[in-house]
Amino acid sequence: MKKIVLMGNPNVGKSVVFSRLTGANVIASNYPGTTVDFSKGKMKIGKEYVEIIDAPGTYSLEPTNKAEEVALKMLKEADVVINVVNATNLERNLYLALELLEGDIPVIIALNIWDETHHLGIQIDEKELENLLGIPIVPTVALTGEGIKTLVSRIKEAKTNEEIKPTSREGRWIEIGSLIEKVERVEHRHHTIRDRISDLTIRPLTGLPLAAGIIFLSFWIVRLIGENLIGYIFEPLFEELYRPVITGLSNWLGPGFIHNLLIGQYGVEIDFVESMGMLTTGLFVPVGMVLPYIIAFYFMLSILEDTGYMPRLATLLDNVFHKLGMHGHGIVPLFLGLGCNVPGALSTRTLETRKQRFISATLLAIAVPCMAQMAMVFGILGPYGIQYIGLVFFTLVFLYIVMGLIMNKFVKGESPEIFLEIPAYRRPSLKVILKKTWMRVRWFLREAIPFLFAGVLVINILYSVGFLQWLGTVLSPVMQGLFGLPGESGVSMIIGFLRKDLAVGMLLPLGMSPMQLVIATTMLTIYFPCVATFAVLVKELGIKDMLKSAAIMVGTAVTVGFILKLVLLGV
Amino acid sequence: MVNNMEHQDISLLNLSRNKKAKITMIHGGRGLQHRLDSMGIRNGKEIKVVSRQPFRGPLTVEIRGCQMTLGRGMARKIMVEVL
Repeated sequence: MKKIVLMGNPNVGKSVVFSRLTGANVIASNYPGTTVDFSKGKMKIGKEYVEIIDAPGTYSLEPTNKAEEVALKMLKEADVVINVVNATNLERNLYLALELLEGDIPVIIALNIWDETHHLGIQIDEKELENLLGIPIVPTVALTGEGIKTLVSRIKEAKTNEEIKPTSREGRWIEIGSLIEKVERVEHRHHTIRDRISDLTIRPLTGLPLAAGIIFLSFWIVRLIGENLIGYIFEPLFEELYRPVITGLSNWLGPGFIHNLLIGQYGVEIDFVESMGMLTTGLFVPVGMVLPYIIAFYFMLSILEDTGYMPRLATLLDNVFHKLGMHGHGIVPLFLGLGCNVPGALSTRTLETRKQRFISATLLAIAVPCMAQMAMVFGILGPYGIQYIGLVFFTLVFLYIVMGLIMNKFVKGESPEIFLEIPAYRRPSLKVILKKTWMRVRWFLREAIPFLFAGVLVINILYSVGFLQWLGTVLSPVMQGLFGLPGESGVSMIIGFLRKDLAVGMLLPLGMSPMQLVIATTMLTIYFPCVATFAVLVKELGIKDMLKSAAIMVGTAVTVGFILKLVLLGV
Repeated sequence: MVNNMEHQDISLLNLSRNKKAKITMIHGGRGLQHRLDSMGIRNGKEIKVVSRQPFRGPLTVEIRGCQMTLGRGMARKIMVEVL
């Protein structure tokens, strides 16, 4: 099958074009570095199926980070390249275009974000550019789909240009200079409201208070949406519709292993969190407790991403992150990680050096709880009072900073400065936001429910053979002595490797005090990532660095657990 | 009568906000030169500073309507002539 690869600078809309072409959905946002890996999809051109590959963005064919290396690898496989170009920044985008044309792969250019050129007073003579470059050029607005049909119909016209020979950087810029002179006119325009907002959000005096406000407001909205979804939709659904069904099933099944496995202990009232049946806990934890917050979180994150606010936040916080051995772009793994650590770990690829990636991945695993885990912490500690939740988060923020400072000192390697494009603000479309939220929610359901079922299954089997009871007794001296926790909480730490949310749920029947719960949930965050994140980290860091990282995690968890015991329990 | 102050090159770091300037020289190694170059920061380009973060934080600059954030170390190596 013919391979068509989408190449272009970061944040020009390659992923949106990809979604338009293939109908497959990939996450697209308004910041450079959203795509860090390739996605493959298929489409039909005429009677023939072709493979479309979405590659990470790159400014040139000489890579500066891991994501760009992926792009170059994809290019080597290409039969045809669709070079997606940001029409509002034609000059710089033409650099990569020329580099591509120096090669021997046929190229077609999609002149994307075409609608914005009118607002910005930019006029491009695309016909003339087509003549000069000798390859087809199609104006597109991928977000609305404009021009995509023409793009598809002209893919077969993609060609190489023998006249463009490999040259120096200087040579390319001279060529670009003369091209721009012939095809682009830029009118002077006045400051718009959008420019004003951009200025206000990136200048420190106004930007920092606004950033604090925006972050606070975002979390407040996440809680508001999450709580209301639970209170008005999910809880009534489970209590009023689902409970009778399960109670009926329980009576019909009668006591036995199957009952224990599906529902939990026979003869006691069903508790959706504690019963540990596949159809009770296994379904209620992901759907009834975690899903509402996942929906709320990804809704807000999508808005932040699509407006183009993230790079501005990265600029404002660069200072802090630089002291932690990363730079401002480290905000991206952190924010994505708050949803799920897996995409968070993947996004560390946009950082340039091994040191930066190591620190950002390790901090992610140590101090960034995913939304699934947070939702459970809200659910379990919430009833005791917000101060306990505050204590968990205070400890984690403190750890993020302190461990960052320490690792910055001791991890060898460079931590280069930030160098980041700031995209223009865009008004996010509700339709796109909802679609993106849905894509991520669906991904969560597909990932979470199988693991939760597996977790519940494992717990039931190990419990029925007496292994967990034995393990609880064995771990008791350690858990009790070092952290002031009951021995069974050690079992939940082990289950935490499968799913952290389930592990938090397992703490509930142990009858711990709120302070003990604070210690246990904090340790659950720090000590080790879940298996899904672990697999990604091994791939991203390599076995050797992952072992180092894991040692730091376990060491930190033990130290923090012990200190918390001394401080919070006073023993 | 040679060379009055206005025509002396200064580092981008010292360029006041919203003042237009032209890049005259970029110091630094090939790696940095190349990175800046492929983002469109190169000799002869008109540049202005949009914002400057405190405590040795990064600068945000604008070239041809396109904004980017870069660290002080890089900014120091970019010499400009105020227009």
